Amino acid sequence: MLNPEMKLAAGLTDPAALAQRPTRDGFGEGLVEAAKRNPAIVGLCADLTESTRMLPFKKAFPERFIQMGVHEQLLTALAAGMALGGKVPFIASYAMFCPGRSWEQVRTNICLNGVNVKIAGAHAGVSVGPDGATHQAIEDIAITRPIPNMTVVVPCDAIQTKKATLAVAEKTGPCYLRFGREKSPVFTTEDTPFEIGRAQVFRDGKDCAIVACGILVHNALLAAEELAGEGIDCLVLNNHTVKPMDEAGVTAAAEKCGCCVTVEEHQIQGGMGSRVAEILAAGRPTPIEFVGVNDRFGESGEPMQLIEYFGMGVGSIKQAVKRAIARKK
Amino acid sequence: MSHIHDQEVEKLELVANQIRQDIIAMLVEAGSGHSAGPLGMADVFTALYFHVLHHDPKDPDWPERDRLILSNGHICPVRYAAMARAGYFPPEELKTLRKFGTRLQGHPERRRLPGSETTSGPLGAGLAQATGLALAARMDDAKWRTYCVTSDGEHEAGLHWEAVLFAGKNKLNNLTCIVDRNNIQIDGQTENIMPLEPLRAKYEAFNWHVIEIDGNDIRQVVEATNEAKAIYEKPTVIIAHTIPGRGVSFMEGKFEWHGLPPKPAEAEEALRQLRTLGGKITSEHQ
Repeated sequence: MLNPEMKLAAGLTDPAALAQRPTRDGFGEGLVEAAKRNPAIVGLCADLTESTRMLPFKKAFPERFIQMGVHEQLLTALAAGMALGGKVPFIASYAMFCPGRSWEQVRTNICLNGVNVKIAGAHAGVSVGPDGATHQAIEDIAITRPIPNMTVVVPCDAIQTKKATLAVAEKTGPCYLRFGREKSPVFTTEDTPFEIGRAQVFRDGKDCAIVACGILVHNALLAAEELAGEGIDCLVLNNHTVKPMDEAGVTAAAEKCGCCVTVEEHQIQGGMGSRVAEILAAGRPTPIEFVGVNDRFGESGEPMQLIEYFGMGVGSIKQAVKRAIARKK
Repeated sequence: MSHIHDQEVEKLELVANQIRQDIIAMLVEAGSGHSAGPLGMADVFTALYFHVLHHDPKDPDWPERDRLILSNGHICPVRYAAMARAGYFPPEELKTLRKFGTRLQGHPERRRLPGSETTSGPLGAGLAQATGLALAARMDDAKWRTYCVTSDGEHEAGLHWEAVLFAGKNKLNNLTCIVDRNNIQIDGQTENIMPLEPLRAKYEAFNWHVIEIDGNDIRQVVEATNEAKAIYEKPTVIIAHTIPGRGVSFMEGKFEWHGLPPKPAEAEEALRQLRTLGGKITSEHQ
């Protein structure tokens, strides 16, 4: 059953009853709020001010906004310099270009250097839609999560993205915040708790733990509700912090259910689910099925059409749950 | 115009000589590392640490200090030696260069060595960070200046030119870039590998103020940095023409010494040459 402590939205499983907003909107609102609290925050954007939702910050704090042009490597390295000079830079581009294009600057200038820069990766996942594979970042978790000193957060809806933005602003050190372009259901509320590094049991269950992050957490909840009608009781864990992952939370969910399905809008290889597998293989070997993009590039299409096509829809999650349960000894 | 007395220049030349000896001693002890660049830049680093920079070796994090970003981190032996002689740490520590547990990593790491300002080595990324520092200083109306030492070879990296474009647009007059124009890189002569000339015209086209100097002349280094302080509408680049391996006859001008340390016998000869000031004096002073 749904966890009442999580204060999720009423009518959660009825998408028509839920507000639909892109997660990037939450970033835009959170950044303005964070900047009001901390005058050291500056915003740098590589010619994508509106679509990354840095525009509200630019309007509120024009003297703290820096237009970088199409210079993603400079965006990243220059931000490291500003952090050395006492600023708290938020840098925004599409995830494909930062951390994608600027990975080495992320790794060396920010993380090895140990400076306080926040990376906002917009337009992550195949749900970017019609722009196609070139702009659909589905490898960004894989390239950020192995870097020491890094924090990687993948919030599940617009409200949580705002909370995550405020949380990374409060945290000292490099952070990567991943969010998407398309409208998606807003199913948490202002009262839903959020803490970096603490996974959230959105739905309790005993037959299979569905460990999800990003906008697909909602699909995981829909799958769980449908499976309940078939007598299968799933736990849904919102595993929003990919690094440092909540090892205790993931292990507890897997132990309770005895099998696990991971769900993410990312390549299966190297993603959130891979980290779950590392944790469970070492501490609590558990059958795991992985829902994500399976070693392919994206392509043009409507966002939700692509989610279905690449095997991340509700039906795919349900099938994965049944496969996982069948593998239990 | 002269902003530095002859006696001061002579004093600094002796410091530069000491730093060159330190470089040789460090590299032979380490058994790996880069020789040509550090020797060629000893005069620039001496001028910076002993005359130009506002800094406090006893308080490396002093907020009002000038910032020196070393972009081509592989020439760090010259920075380490200059820092040691300036009083940041005891010169004996120079012998730990590149060894396990050292603060003097093969390429500099900010979190290990106070005063090193940033972690650097991957080429082309230093000016970008220096530009960020200069921008932060301007936003805070701070008086400190940012200096960035770069190699000529790393001008092949696109990121460097992103920073040049940005700093020009934003008229960062508190930023001074010093280019070690020694015409060599690992694989050979820069002009054979990827021509940089006309380098002056490139910077001018990106709205920078350009000064060209003999980078092995300490007086010219000091005067160029002073001139940069009086340029209000542009960042300044000092193209410092240097002789790689300067001070050691068998290393001078040879790209083969870019990434090699001296062997013990070579180090002995190098130190002999430096102590006799290239044969100008007969009794070695140590």
